[in-house]
Amino acid sequence: MISVKNLRKSFHGTEVLKGISAEIQRGDVVCIIGPSGSGKSTFLRCLNRLETPDSGEILLDGVDLMDRHTDLDRQRRKMGMVFQQFNLFPHMTILKNLTVSPMMLKKIPQKEAEAKAIQLLERVGLADRAGDYPAQLSGGQKQRVAIVRALCMEPEVMLFDEPTSALDPEMVGEVLEVMKELAHEGMTMVVVTHEMGFAREVGSRVVFMDQGKILEQNTPEALFSNPQHPRLQDFLSKVL
Amino acid sequence: MTLFDSIAQFFADWGAKLASTFLEKQRYLMLVDGLRNTLIITLGALVIGVIIGAFIAIIKYCGEGSRVMKPLCLLCDLYTTVIRGIPVVVVLLIFYFLILRSSDGVVVGIVTFGINSGAYMAELIRGGINAVDGGQMEAGRSLGMSRFQATVHVVLPQAMKNILPAIGNEMIALLKETAVAGYVAVQDLTRAGNLIRNNTYDAFNPLMVVALTYLFLVILLTWALGKFERRLAKSDKR
Repeated sequence: MISVKNLRKSFHGTEVLKGISAEIQRGDVVCIIGPSGSGKSTFLRCLNRLETPDSGEILLDGVDLMDRHTDLDRQRRKMGMVFQQFNLFPHMTILKNLTVSPMMLKKIPQKEAEAKAIQLLERVGLADRAGDYPAQLSGGQKQRVAIVRALCMEPEVMLFDEPTSALDPEMVGEVLEVMKELAHEGMTMVVVTHEMGFAREVGSRVVFMDQGKILEQNTPEALFSNPQHPRLQDFLSKVL
Repeated sequence: MTLFDSIAQFFADWGAKLASTFLEKQRYLMLVDGLRNTLIITLGALVIGVIIGAFIAIIKYCGEGSRVMKPLCLLCDLYTTVIRGIPVVVVLLIFYFLILRSSDGVVVGIVTFGINSGAYMAELIRGGINAVDGGQMEAGRSLGMSRFQATVHVVLPQAMKNILPAIGNEMIALLKETAVAGYVAVQDLTRAGNLIRNNTYDAFNPLMVVALTYLFLVILLTWALGKFERRLAKSDKR
C-alpha cells in the first residue's frame, strides 16, 4: 500500500534520513521504535509529506507522492495523522473539530457528518463531550478525539507520531486501548512509539531505527526476544 | 487686594479670554469641524490599513515556500520597506502634490494614512498569525486542507485574538499621527487650533484645548481596549 524507496532528508546540512526503504501492506500495524533523534518522526512525517524529503520515492497505492503534479491535499485525505501534541483546533467545539474537514473537503452534509462523528465519539466513550471545547478535556480525552478526527475522514492508513508521549502515565492506557481496537478492526497503521508493550502486543511488524537508518525489522516476537543488531540489543537492554 | 481676590481676578480674566478666543465668531465650531475631520481620517485610514495589512499578511503567510507566490511576496516586501522608511508627512505631501493631486485633503489623508498604516498592520497581523502554534497548520494539512483553507479556517480565527488588541493600539497611534494632516490643508483638530491662534493671537488656550482633546480621546480608546481585551481573555478560561 505504501512503498518507500531510498528516502533521504537533511535539516541544515545534517542528514536525518539516510536512505530509508520500507513496504507497508494493507492491514499492517508497523511500529517504529528507536532512540530520540533517530529520524523516526521525520520518516513518519515524510509519509504524508508534512516534511519534504530531499530524494527518494514514496508511492501510496501506486501514486507518486514525490511527483510535483500529484495533488497532495487529495492524497493526504487517505492518511490520517495523530500528533504528539494532539493539535485539536482550540476555537472549535469537539463536534466541529470532527466535522469541519469532512464537510469542507468531502462535501458531506452537516447532518450526516455529525451523525458519523457522534457514532465514532461513542466508540471512544466521549459522545457526551461533543459540545465542549478542547481546553475542557484531559490529555487522554484530547488524544482520543484527535484519533476520531482523523477517522472521520475515513482514511486508509493512520499515522501516529508518539501519540502517548505527551500524556500523564495514567492516561496512556485509554489511548492505547483505542489504538488497539483500531488495529483489531484491520486498520493499516504506522506508529512511532516508545511503548514497547504496545509494539510487542499489537504490532504486526516492528522496525528499529537509529541515526537515520533502519537497522532491523521483524515480527515483534522475533525482534524483542532475539535482537540481532548490537545497537538494538543495547537499546532494548535500556528500555525493557 | 487679598490673595483670594487676585485668584478670583485671574479666573475671571481667563474666562473672558476663553470666551473671546472660542465663542467670538463661533470659533469653537472650527474645533468641532476639526475633530470631525480627525475622526473621519482616523477611521477611514484604519479600515484601509486593516484591509491592506490583512491582504499582505495572508499573501506572505500563504506564499511561504511557494515559488508561484514569490514575486507577489517580494512586491509586498517592497511596499512595507518603502512605506516604513519614509516619514508619513513626506508620504502625505507626495500623495497630495504628485500622485492624487486632489484638492480634497480629507480624501488624501484617508488614503495616505491608510496606506501608511497598512504597512505596519501587515507586520502586526503577520506576527499574530505566526504566534499561532505551527501544529495547527500541520493538523489542518494532515486532514487534507490546502494551505489556504487551513489558513482561513484554522489559523486566522485563532490569530484574531492576538491581532485585535494590537490593531487597537495601532488605532491610537494613527489618531495622533493624523495631526500632520494640516500639511495638505486639511482642517483637522490640530490645524483648527492653529487657525484660532492665528486669528486671536492667543496661543495658550487653543493649544491646551487641542492637546486635552487628543489626550481624552486616547484615554477613552485605551479604556475601551482594555475592556475588550479582558473580554477576549475571558473566553480562554473555560
